Amino acid sequence: MFVLVEMTDTVRIPPWQFERKLNESIAEELNKKLANKVVYNVGLCICLYDITKLEDSYIFPGDGASHTKVHFRYVVFHPFLDEILVGEIKSCSQDGVHVSIGFFDDIVIPPESLQQPAKFDEAEQVWVWEYETEEGAHDLYMDIGEEIRFRVVDETFVDTSPTGPSSAEASTSNATEEVQKKEAPYTLVVTMCIIPIVSQSQWLILFLK
Amino acid sequence: GAGWGGIVRLLLVRAAGPRCVCVWGLFIGPALCVEKRLCGPELSALLPCWHRCGVQGDGVCHVLRPSVLRKDANAALLSNFEVFQLLTDLKQQRKESGKSKQSSGQQNLNTIMYETLKYISKTPCRYQSPETVREFLIAMKGHKLTKAEKLQLLNHRPVTAVEIQLMVEESEERLTEEQIESLLQTVASILPGDPEEQQRDSAMETEGRGSQ
Repeated sequence: MFVLVEMTDTVRIPPWQFERKLNESIAEELNKKLANKVVYNVGLCICLYDITKLEDSYIFPGDGASHTKVHFRYVVFHPFLDEILVGEIKSCSQDGVHVSIGFFDDIVIPPESLQQPAKFDEAEQVWVWEYETEEGAHDLYMDIGEEIRFRVVDETFVDTSPTGPSSAEASTSNATEEVQKKEAPYTLVVTMCIIPIVSQSQWLILFLK
Repeated sequence: GAGWGGIVRLLLVRAAGPRCVCVWGLFIGPALCVEKRLCGPELSALLPCWHRCGVQGDGVCHVLRPSVLRKDANAALLSNFEVFQLLTDLKQQRKESGKSKQSSGQQNLNTIMYETLKYISKTPCRYQSPETVREFLIAMKGHKLTKAEKLQLLNHRPVTAVEIQLMVEESEERLTEEQIESLLQTVASILPGDPEEQQRDSAMETEGRGSQ
């Protein structure tokens, strides 16, 4: 679920923090910059693991702050393909079931991945799985708050950084679209854990954890 | 501010390839920049850029080369237990150092730490220790599983054969029923589970034996 990513960055320490130990200031700055943020093509950054190398600090003319190049390792949430995770159903909509794991919410089970036959109950806004056994059809409701085990199938990174001045003409035409669309920078597409089994009780273990 | 500018630079580097930013990650014109330099050969083709080129100041932009920023995207896989330990230690440290730091920028860190700890604390890793993890990995050597599969077994502590089949790819071909059983035995014996559950299970077992 979590990986260690080696990164490099230049950290700026303002002069009023010079009395503090450099390592502490740098750790604080890095956490301030990266914690709880998604880095494109890397994942959701959690916290700093350690600092591997500190290069010399420079002070540039006109700015009293010191700039230090830091090599560090950061704990990042980036599940690998086919990883099994456990989460809670947050909501259901036409695009599928939205699952959350507390610190990360953009997990979606598309309708095709739900065990067929599945239908969306408009009145209650939940997806229902009609499970047929010898005894008859059971309706398994994917209620909000239920724990569910899922397998990661795909991930999408979207670059949500602001466009620069060079694309000024393009941005004016897309301005209204961009303002309305707030895309999640990191989305996981997952599927319910389905394997062919025999008894209904085993299904419930899989499905309801 | 500087913080936001820095993130912009990080993201920009990822997405758009070489683009000129000042050391604070903002697009600034020549009038604002104190030091004016032309970019190195890699960037001069695009447009003259008024910025401080990296830390070495040699005219070549070190900051914008993606490989410099992210050296190794997958340096190591971390188990839930390691992240749990790291976050608890960090929380302890921050508590000890007191609230003297400004909490303005720390809100994100607080949020992510709290939520992640809340999630991980519900998984079996809260009963684990470095010794159990080491023991487990040594015991797993004989089973011929990939690193990712061992990690999932460690994080989830499966108790049924169905769960093993989920986590191990093509388990029907690679593992016989006895092997799956022995795997479950190893997991149950080495990795500690919920102490209350285990007491209940052992109590039920003794009851069962007693009634016979």
